[in-house]
Amino acid sequence: MATIAATPAHAHESHAHPTGFMSWMSTVDHKRIGTLYLFTALFFFLLGGLEAEIIRMQLQGPNGTLVSAETYNQLFTMHGTTMIFLAIMPLSAAFFNYLIPLQIGARDVAFPRLNAFSYWVYVLGGIFINLSWLLHAAPDGGWFGYAPLTTRAYSPGMNIDFWVLGLQILGVSSLAAGFNFITTIINMRAPGMNLMRMPMFTWAAFVVQFLIVLAFPVITIALVFLMFDRFFGTNFYTTAAGADPLLWQHLFWIFGHPEVYILILPAFGLVSDVLPAHTRKPIFGYPVMVFSLILIAFLGFGVWAHHMFAVGMGPIADTVFGLTTMLIAIPTGVKIFNWIATMHGGSIRFTTACLFCIALVAFFTIGGLSGVMHASPPADLQQTDTYFIVAHFHYVLFGGSMMGLFAGVYHYFPKITGRLLSERIGKWHFWLTAIGMNLTFFPMHMSGLLGMPRRIYRYDAGQGWDGFNLASSIGAYILAVGTLFLVWNIIKSLRSGTRAGNDPWGSPTLEWAIPSPPPEYNFARIPTVTSRYPLWDMKQPALTSEVPHSHRGDKEMEVAVGGKTVGHPHPGPAAQSTRVSESEMHIETETYTPAQVGIVLPDPTVKPFFVALGMVIMLGSPLFMHEAQIREIAGNAAGHRTAMTMFWIFVLGGAALMVGSLYNWLLTPLESDHH
Amino acid sequence: MTSVPLTAGHVPDAHDPHATSTGLDNKKIAIWAFIGSECMLFASLISTYLIYKGRSKVGPFPHETWTDPSTGHKFGAILNIPVTSASTFVLLMSSLAMVLALAAVQNKNIPKRTTSERILGSSQLWLLATAALGITFLGFQAYEFTSFVHEGLSIRTNLFGSSFFTLTGFHGAHVTAGVIWLLTLFAIDRKRGLGPRDEVNVDIAALYWHFVDVVWIAIFTLVYLIK
Ligand code: HEM
Ligand SMILES: [Cu+2]
Repeated sequence: MATIAATPAHAHESHAHPTGFMSWMSTVDHKRIGTLYLFTALFFFLLGGLEAEIIRMQLQGPNGTLVSAETYNQLFTMHGTTMIFLAIMPLSAAFFNYLIPLQIGARDVAFPRLNAFSYWVYVLGGIFINLSWLLHAAPDGGWFGYAPLTTRAYSPGMNIDFWVLGLQILGVSSLAAGFNFITTIINMRAPGMNLMRMPMFTWAAFVVQFLIVLAFPVITIALVFLMFDRFFGTNFYTTAAGADPLLWQHLFWIFGHPEVYILILPAFGLVSDVLPAHTRKPIFGYPVMVFSLILIAFLGFGVWAHHMFAVGMGPIADTVFGLTTMLIAIPTGVKIFNWIATMHGGSIRFTTACLFCIALVAFFTIGGLSGVMHASPPADLQQTDTYFIVAHFHYVLFGGSMMGLFAGVYHYFPKITGRLLSERIGKWHFWLTAIGMNLTFFPMHMSGLLGMPRRIYRYDAGQGWDGFNLASSIGAYILAVGTLFLVWNIIKSLRSGTRAGNDPWGSPTLEWAIPSPPPEYNFARIPTVTSRYPLWDMKQPALTSEVPHSHRGDKEMEVAVGGKTVGHPHPGPAAQSTRVSESEMHIETETYTPAQVGIVLPDPTVKPFFVALGMVIMLGSPLFMHEAQIREIAGNAAGHRTAMTMFWIFVLGGAALMVGSLYNWLLTPLESDHH
Repeated sequence: MTSVPLTAGHVPDAHDPHATSTGLDNKKIAIWAFIGSECMLFASLISTYLIYKGRSKVGPFPHETWTDPSTGHKFGAILNIPVTSASTFVLLMSSLAMVLALAAVQNKNIPKRTTSERILGSSQLWLLATAALGITFLGFQAYEFTSFVHEGLSIRTNLFGSSFFTLTGFHGAHVTAGVIWLLTLFAIDRKRGLGPRDEVNVDIAALYWHFVDVVWIAIFTLVYLIK
């Protein structure tokens, strides 16, 4: 099969690109799933933002009266939970889904249906947790849900039930995606795409998947213990039975600190790919950028107790965890300097995407510095549980993760939809966000150092915090306006944005070698990769001539790794042409139907959706069990029976739906054999 | 007529393991990632058990006797090591059967001449044997759990009860999932025969099964044998 010449007759109906509701429900295409993740996560970002705005309205002045203490607890808990698990992680997942296969030159992820499953578990889990609002029983124990406080004895309502069950559901989504992406990156790379040629974002994604598959089981177990305590009366967190009140804190933070890197590394990866495109310079120190990612991930598992300095672990533990925490700032600092060096001497185009990258470098550094401050236990004892900590983690999460993700949105939106976002509206979005962010969170350093505790729903006047709180609230309103510009920009671009073409930014990596939006099959012909920046080799060879692992630089790299051949052997330097031969790297500008190019794609299927639905119903059903217990205590025997019946219907019904759909899925081949 | 001037070149076929970057099947990589993740799961469970060892306020206890001060009732040491040694042996044997099942699938197409070759080469026999040994192990566990409850140790009784039942219960759930997986493979084998092209599907089931077995060795040593 040398040349494919297909007649329209071959392009039968089923391969026309469908766009209806069912096509989204049944899609297994990583790009469409990525798009679903993107818009769902942006929705939850707005929801979490709304919760934050209410919090800031309440705290705008002393003795706020907008919400009650109970509602306030629910607001900050759901704000944190939503932003971390339903907004930032899924926004990162949107980019994992969309970009990993494109960046490594693959047709899809390793397990397309598992990918759809991850998405559906995420949406249904997000809906499940937020259903609690309808019962006025949203989770209220903080995003880290400290037990024993969250055990039945101290949190009798359904609030924590929603949280403990919902987080277990969301964990399944992240884990399934983790196995999928690890396999994809290890095993689906295009010929020549060796590990040291992978785009930085794919590297960051790769490292993050390891953090996910190793950290999430730990919180799963912590949550299982809490669930058993709450529903079956076990004693894991019952101090009266001898339980260790720190067990939860240890398990949670063994997950929790890797989790903060799960939140930030994807943004780091995005910036490391976006910045070179807009500064016209290869990333500075690619290998060091890769190794610092890996080092951060390793060290990230050894610092968890810096969240627990105040519990009295003793001088040795405090010292060790203080030191490891300070140590982790080194690889993090290396990345900051490398980004600065990447910009240095580049011809920077101050696009919105580029501005967000620069903002990450600046704001994340502030958050990193305050982090190093409370890495010292004596300093932390003053700062812990105050607004200083709130300032720290918002600089790293908003100033870091969100800035990076926004950079990714502006840079990749044209790839995803085929249309550019407006730079003019984008600048408004950027400047309002940058100003609003600093106005909101910088004063929190001060109110925190002046002693304002976290998680208070009102405060008395005259403690020196009033002005700082007002400033924070004004900043939050500015942020809200800025975010509206983003929403406007997206709607406007979807309607009438400028067509982007293959490569609007002159970027160097594979995803820009194909049309925007990419055809269903991604690459009509899988490229053979000869360099870290294949598109620059073809279009702008001057940009990469000195870079190891670029087309020309590979020779030098071979020497650098002790004569071991890396990638494809090249002819001697003299014979190296600046253009890569067409058979290796190529640019595709036309979109065909899969049949025209003879590519068989996986069949769409709703089975993953039903497996996810069954699982969520099953895992959510203990809510009825709690209701039954309440009725039993109230002496309502009939009500108790009804609730228990409901419980069994949901557990068994959900399990049947899950197992049935799962068998159906596993016994159906990925692609139909009619070819 | 649209004519697409593309040379098909290298179009990787998802079913051809040599089309992957490592030459390994995707499923093989995924199961290893999964097993890595499961290690953290069981590490958390086992550490909790060990941290809570000796912290229970009331008995019964795993290795020591206990007299209830309010009733004067005397409880023996709960763990029954001889019985659990037997169930451990059963689970170990199931791993052996699993190895034979995988080998039988891999060598499906080699002609079998003698009776012993036919027995060794029967994938159905060995899949079923593995599942049966797994079920026997679960039977032992059911017996153990019920006898503990009769002796007065439930999941609510004390920290030992909570952490012991949760840990071994999680392991039992993993064995159960494995048994269902094996029986499914057995059913497919009966229906259409598993051949070398199904090798990877049996291989990953075997990896899972051996992993669950190894976890049990850790649990048996740390929970039962070490006082
Ligand atoms: C230079 C690197 C960093 C250092 C040295 C550092 C250090 C710390 C320390 C010591 C604490 C505990 C403070 C306390 O509760 O008293 C803390 C809290 C926190 N950090 Fe960082 N951090 C760093 C980077 C990050 C990053 C990258 C993120 C997330 C993207 C992050 C997110 C958080 C969050 C969310 C908390 C508060 C958790 C809570 O109590 O709710 N940190 N950090
Ligand atoms: Cu931390």
